Amino acid sequence: MLRFFLGRLAILIPTFLGVSLIAFSFIRLLPGDPVMLMSGERVMSEERHAQIMHDLGLDRPMYVQYFDYLGNVLTGDLGTSIVSKRPVFDDFLSLFPATLELSICAIIVAMCLGIPAGVIAAVKRGTWFDQSIMGIALVGYSMPIFWWGLLLMIFFSGYLQWTPVSGRISLMYFFPPVTGFMLIDSLLSGQAGAFKSAVSYLILPTVVLATIPLAVIARQTRSAMLEVLGEDYVRTARSKGLSPWRVVGIHALRNALIPVITTIGLQVGVLLAGAILTETIFSWPGIGKWMVDAVFKRDYAVVQGGLLMIAGVIMLVNLAVDVTYGFINPRIRH
Amino acid sequence: MSSATVKTGHPSALAEFWYYFSRNKGAVLGFAVFVIVLLLAVLAPIVAPHAPSEQVREKLLLPPSWMAGGDASYLLGTDAVGRDILSRLIYGARFSLFIGLVVVTLSVISGVLIGLVAGYFRGRVDIVIMRVMDIILAFPSLLLALVLVAVLGPGLLNAMIAIALVNQPHFVRLTRASVMAEREKDYVIASRVAGAGTLRIMFLTILPNCLAPLIVQATLAFSAAILDAAALGFLGMGAQPPTPEWGTMLAEAREFIQRAWWVVTFPGLAILVTVLAINLMGDGLRDALDPKLKRS
Repeated sequence: MLRFFLGRLAILIPTFLGVSLIAFSFIRLLPGDPVMLMSGERVMSEERHAQIMHDLGLDRPMYVQYFDYLGNVLTGDLGTSIVSKRPVFDDFLSLFPATLELSICAIIVAMCLGIPAGVIAAVKRGTWFDQSIMGIALVGYSMPIFWWGLLLMIFFSGYLQWTPVSGRISLMYFFPPVTGFMLIDSLLSGQAGAFKSAVSYLILPTVVLATIPLAVIARQTRSAMLEVLGEDYVRTARSKGLSPWRVVGIHALRNALIPVITTIGLQVGVLLAGAILTETIFSWPGIGKWMVDAVFKRDYAVVQGGLLMIAGVIMLVNLAVDVTYGFINPRIRH
Repeated sequence: MSSATVKTGHPSALAEFWYYFSRNKGAVLGFAVFVIVLLLAVLAPIVAPHAPSEQVREKLLLPPSWMAGGDASYLLGTDAVGRDILSRLIYGARFSLFIGLVVVTLSVISGVLIGLVAGYFRGRVDIVIMRVMDIILAFPSLLLALVLVAVLGPGLLNAMIAIALVNQPHFVRLTRASVMAEREKDYVIASRVAGAGTLRIMFLTILPNCLAPLIVQATLAFSAAILDAAALGFLGMGAQPPTPEWGTMLAEAREFIQRAWWVVTFPGLAILVTVLAINLMGDGLRDALDPKLKRS
């Protein structure tokens, strides 16, 4: 198991170097050079320009600059945001919990609804239930979630006035962040109604972000279940006289879940891409909105650092999925 | 040989394909909707009741014709500057289908070529190619596309290039896997023994046998490209106003969600219906082309 883990870790290293190379070259691919970007509209003399290039170390060979950058990255220095004037890494750390909270809630919703829906659809294959569930799943899979979010907002926030439009919690409540997760912090604050407020702000973004993973998980669970239900050992379990729910729930589901877990792991990229849109619509102060704002404000240090951190998170989750997969399915360790 | 003997043989590949494809009702429905959208796009100047950028100052934010205050000549109402929404949607179909087509063509050609090389030659070339693909796949596709467009400059062409680039690793992986499975089969070895050159073996012997999963993936990429382009348009980084691209229309409509639901609802519905139709077709294609499912 340890060898398997180390093997997977070793593959990550070249990928991470590649990712850092992309993040590094991003700023250098932009028209003009960093100094001209910083000076903006102001006119700068040739000497002054060369002087600043030299001060910032930008006149050194590219590979020296890259290794310099890599060294900074590995010590947690991702540069400074020109908008917030704070280190990019600090901004990332303070905003990431908001995205994480939203993503965790979304994936829980997607799993809690998607897995049972897929199992029941497979067991009742060909019935109207199966067909409607798979029909709904395909609609969910095809959904432009930025539009879906706006529709839910028109209906639930505008028409019914059940949920707030944007943000993470009502302005009536204020407490210092402890964990960064609003649900936990609001409970810890002990303020009456704070938790309820946090939940009401979280519901719509969660539904929007969960839509595509939910559809994917339901479809994947159904096809994995169908495959497993045809296996000999399921027939044996049935003919032993075990109750149908025991056969489906214990014998079949355990094996059907193996590919589903991989699917769930692969949804992390989908979630972070979805977070870009969901957070933009609901003004959710997470890293998705942060990145979009940075692209628009030309805050290139943030774009560069954010790219690297987000890719890093995805790589780590993929590693975790691989290791979990090796753990529950010993065959692939060898 | 007479035609009668031909008929008693195997049905043509197309007939066989249609037999399996048409058994999937959803796929046929999806195909029908897709053909309608395609016709609307091609015939836009004839079908659209108004020009897509014609602004009528007296008719701002007109509701759909069946509602109070609606106007029969503006079936789905007008937007904030008095343009006919239906006409813009019909012209928008041109953009969405064009985006899908260009993105799929670009990513299929590059992905299949790279995947063929990786799967056929293996060794170091393969390792380098697959590592590069891993790197591209390490980013959320929309984020990478967004940043690429920020580098290249916002606009439809750059959005298409960016989306094609982030879609292409899927084709590389798929082609490589199929090529690796086919490479050692007897018919390929026979062809090699018979003296076929490398290029001939790659493109004429192996590639046709790897097409089925690629066609299914191409369908999925087509709908994903429409969604991604609309998302970029929505974020303001895709097609620029006044282009009647569906995502861009949604971005312009955002501020009116409280006052005029129709400006928001219809462009999104157009995206959903088109993408859904293509995905339904994709499911049908998979059923028809996947030999594993055929046997069951």
